[in-house]
Amino acid sequence: MTKLVPNLTAHWDETDSYTIAGYQRHGGYSAVKKSFELGPDAVIAEVKESGLRGRGGAGFPTGMKWGFVPQGDGKPHYLVVNADESEPGACKDIPLMMANPHSLVEGVIIAAYAIRANQAFIYIRGETPHPIRRVRQAVADAYAAKLLGKNILGSGFDLEVVVHSGAGAYICGEETALLDSLEGRRGQPRLKPPFPAVAGLYASPTVVNNVETIASVPAIINNGAAWYKSFGTEKSPGIKLFAVSGDVKRPGIFEAPLGITMRELIDYAGGMVSERPVKFFVPGGSSVPLLTPEHLDVPLTYEDMAAHGTMLGTGTPMVFDTSRSVTQAVVRWIEFYKHESCGKCTPCREGTYFMVDILKRLEKGKGQISDLDLLVDISAQISGRSFCALGDAAATPVPAALKYFREEFETKLVGVK
Amino acid sequence: MTVTANPSQNNQLELITATVDGVEVRVPKGTLIIRAAEQLGVQIPRFCDHPSLEPVAACRMCLVEIDGIPKPQPSCAIPLTEGMVVRTQQSSEVAAKAQEGVMEFLLLNHPLDCPVCDKGGECPLQNQAMTNGRPYSRFEEGTKRLFEKPININSEILLDRERCVSCARCTRFADEIAGDPTLELLERGAQQQVGTADDRPFESYFGGNTIQICPVGALTSATYRFRSRPFDLISHNTICEHCASGCSTRTDIRRGKIMRRLAANDPEVNEEWNCDKGRFAFTHTTLDRITTPLIRENGELRTASWPEAIEFAANGLKDKQSGVLTGGRLPQEDVYAYSRFARVALNTNNVDFRNRYASKEEADFLTHHVAANSMHVTYRDLENAEIVLLVAFEPENESPIVQLRLRKAVRKSKLKVIAIDTAAIEGYKKLNAEIILTKPGLEADALNKLVPSLNGKNVIVLVGERAATSSGLLSAVASMGKSTSAKFAWVPRRAGDRGAVEAGLLPTLLPGGKLVKDAADRAEVAAEWGVAQLPGQSGLDQVEMVKAALSGDLDAFVIGGLDVYDVSYHSDFIAALEKTFVVSLEQHYSSVTEHADVVLPVGVITERSGTFVNWEGRERSFAAAMHQSLALTDARVLHLIAEKLGVKFADQAKPSELHKSLTSLKDSSNTSTMSAVASIKVPGILLAGLRQLIDNGSLQQGEPHLAATAREAVARVSAATASANGLVDGNLVIIKSSTGQMVLPLLVSEVADETVWVPLNSDGSTPLKNLSVSIGESVQLQDGGRYVL
Repeated sequence: MTKLVPNLTAHWDETDSYTIAGYQRHGGYSAVKKSFELGPDAVIAEVKESGLRGRGGAGFPTGMKWGFVPQGDGKPHYLVVNADESEPGACKDIPLMMANPHSLVEGVIIAAYAIRANQAFIYIRGETPHPIRRVRQAVADAYAAKLLGKNILGSGFDLEVVVHSGAGAYICGEETALLDSLEGRRGQPRLKPPFPAVAGLYASPTVVNNVETIASVPAIINNGAAWYKSFGTEKSPGIKLFAVSGDVKRPGIFEAPLGITMRELIDYAGGMVSERPVKFFVPGGSSVPLLTPEHLDVPLTYEDMAAHGTMLGTGTPMVFDTSRSVTQAVVRWIEFYKHESCGKCTPCREGTYFMVDILKRLEKGKGQISDLDLLVDISAQISGRSFCALGDAAATPVPAALKYFREEFETKLVGVK
Repeated sequence: MTVTANPSQNNQLELITATVDGVEVRVPKGTLIIRAAEQLGVQIPRFCDHPSLEPVAACRMCLVEIDGIPKPQPSCAIPLTEGMVVRTQQSSEVAAKAQEGVMEFLLLNHPLDCPVCDKGGECPLQNQAMTNGRPYSRFEEGTKRLFEKPININSEILLDRERCVSCARCTRFADEIAGDPTLELLERGAQQQVGTADDRPFESYFGGNTIQICPVGALTSATYRFRSRPFDLISHNTICEHCASGCSTRTDIRRGKIMRRLAANDPEVNEEWNCDKGRFAFTHTTLDRITTPLIRENGELRTASWPEAIEFAANGLKDKQSGVLTGGRLPQEDVYAYSRFARVALNTNNVDFRNRYASKEEADFLTHHVAANSMHVTYRDLENAEIVLLVAFEPENESPIVQLRLRKAVRKSKLKVIAIDTAAIEGYKKLNAEIILTKPGLEADALNKLVPSLNGKNVIVLVGERAATSSGLLSAVASMGKSTSAKFAWVPRRAGDRGAVEAGLLPTLLPGGKLVKDAADRAEVAAEWGVAQLPGQSGLDQVEMVKAALSGDLDAFVIGGLDVYDVSYHSDFIAALEKTFVVSLEQHYSSVTEHADVVLPVGVITERSGTFVNWEGRERSFAAAMHQSLALTDARVLHLIAEKLGVKFADQAKPSELHKSLTSLKDSSNTSTMSAVASIKVPGILLAGLRQLIDNGSLQQGEPHLAATAREAVARVSAATASANGLVDGNLVIIKSSTGQMVLPLLVSEVADETVWVPLNSDGSTPLKNLSVSIGESVQLQDGGRYVL
């Protein structure tokens, strides 16, 4: 059985894990000093070498993203932390910010130093006041400890950090919509190119990274890229927070190397509640296609998930047992996307509206057999045609659900008992 | 087949080769796929795409397949690159299916109310649903999203939100083109809708354009809504009669009535925009018309026949010392007829078109530097300039298409705008202009101080009609044009002003830039007119004519369309009219017909053909939209009077004949220059201001929805002037002269010290009429206490 590797979660059982004292007791902020000794280019090289991939869902190599920022361009650079965790099923960044906010702050200092940014923003989901308060306190404590502000640790490096509260839109988790929102506009995705690395916040080079990604950086600097790469697989190196929810006995966060299987995670979570078997699960939040019990032993890596027609996403599996209706789950998810569609592009705005209309009919047992094909067709008309990934995400649940559970949908048709 | 774009520009542009639907295309680098396809004759369906707006790729209607990219891509946002292979709906199943899918989605929440929708018949959604949509809907049982309908986004524009397809053309127009970013998309998902902040109106002089570029019937105007169907309209190409921008417009007529006016496409002039005044202010053509000749008898005007009235007019003018005043509203051909009538039939050079603040210096400037000097500066030149210097000219109010072109250049080619004016009006801010504030009368000094820093640069100076109020300013502009590389142009406010200069309607000027004092010039014009000689003595200008009439040296006036309250000396003007024999050629009852001895009705702009000359000197010819009208032109009426006076012209005063005659006189060999004039410093608090684009002008009457979009009149002073005079921001201020006073809300803002800025002809602010004070003359200010509704 794959062993858990507590790194970010190592000290969550200590009562003061969220304080600067609690963080520093275990060597916190030592990576900042080490980074200053390495120099910014060496930090980027180390992160590149570690193979760390973005933990927000897309899995883009972090070091490469940092490398895209043009240096010596005379413009200000910005680091923006995407802490707008709103994906149904995803609950890893918020607990991380609650229990270990200083790992994020330390990661911010190192990442900003690497990309030569003197201003960083942490954009936190507005509906969650607790992590906002906690990260604000952590930032204040870091300022007090001279770890933020002017001339950090005598290195000559200055960094200001602003903790910004979002206003409650799922779309603001999309990086360009987040930037618009941060600039005070209505959060809607921007036309790319230009990409944020060239013209992001205030039209200046900007790196947008997920909370977990940034928080993973201090350990990589401290322990080296080789240490990090010793976990996981070649294409999915390292360790990750897996937030297991649903019909398991002990839902929670398990920090494990990539490549752990769903079966192992369910075991760590104490097995299924009520001992009913797994009916289906989504490996990475509602935006990725669901899988069935036959996939319980597929390693949770970027490449293996892709090979099975789904994605690792945020790495936050939702587990459903045999008492659950896949139709109902899909209706709830699509309703979520309809509610959160920003309205910018037609396929997502109207397509989700269309799907909810049909799914509601199915849920009431008033569907037609043609509705099932229509749903698949609408999904295909949204997927790959929408402006941003939100539309693509909205198009994922239906085809997968119908692929594995078409019979169940057919029981929802008119005249079927 | 190879299609090449803009072959004439091949040498300057870097071309790339790509393939669209199997056809090799060579287009300039940066050409969007959708534009390249257009040149091939392939119409990719689109909603959000608009050639003048930045791409947003939001509607997803224009998806095409590009080799090497797995997903279909928006052709409106992606430029062709070397070797790119693109397949549109013509050759790609994927693209066709994607477009069909988007169209199905768009129609989902769209009310199929085409039978009652104004757009029905000219609707891109309707048309493209036919060409690129499914034959039937699969959203059979669904519930459509509904909105309360319609809502006003301002008094003139209505919005039916359920028809909107969220293409964001209107919001992008407001933000990018007009610079009035107060129209925005609100809410999200299917509830997304166009709206304004806190239910405040969308404030823009250009808002009507959003109606025209809306690809569905979501935006309609209060004037046109439910009035007509597009297929019942007969469209005519027309030229806007409101200002010197010279917009091409389209006038749509149904059963002899104007239903609406749109901006027409003219890339060299108005591109595809116009202002709300040009779009909506056409009710004047039908309002309060004079339908028969009128003769004053026992103090009252009575109906008369044409022969009687013409004879009456001719008798009244016979052997009199007369003056001819035309205002600035007439087509060039009609002004030319006045010019000829004055010189030949009345034997006088007493002619003037400047029924406004005017000066000898200005007449001199127009004579030597404007007349026959056409196309010296053009709209295109503005786009290519390095610096445009605006002198006593605020384009948003005084020539709105100049404003749009300058804004385009500021955004796209990084043009720098500098303005010398008395107040930092909003329009300047939309141009990011550097504003040099000067007290009225001191503009010339500011200009002279600036000149050294501009030398050697590609500078264009645009000087407005308000320059006539500042002694020495126009001569400073002229001398700057001589001493530096700068080019300058005079931008008048009224549509007929520049044509009047070309027609020689100034006391010292003959048609075609010829000079009254030059015997050879006179002889040339006399020959063209078939007479032996022309009066050789310079005439009187309008101010002098009024004085001469009061002192008994002038006995008669022939007056075209003007309003005595456009000048501050209106009480003298009225007294002069009372004292003299007045022949008024008019469309509507006016302040002149009130005092006229004979009134001869003439056709409105839609009933005549002719030419307006815009500020560039570009001739903008138009044909009569109401060609079946029997109304006479000014030229024809003058012709009839002339005949009665015993003067026979070879032509019949048809616009085409007059145009030909005038053109034959034009030559640009006039290289004379004006003499320098010194500036005069006037002490005290001086009046400044301008005529706001939408105000109480006589051609805007009868259009309440438009009138309600006017900017509210406020008096502006600087903080220093406010405190020196005990004035409080937000309070009322009383502005007094020796003859009257007016009360306005006070706005402390960026204004030159010792200056009070007010609109010249808006609700509550008519200083010319109420105070008998013009720009640059002194007034007194006094706090008027709190503003209570």
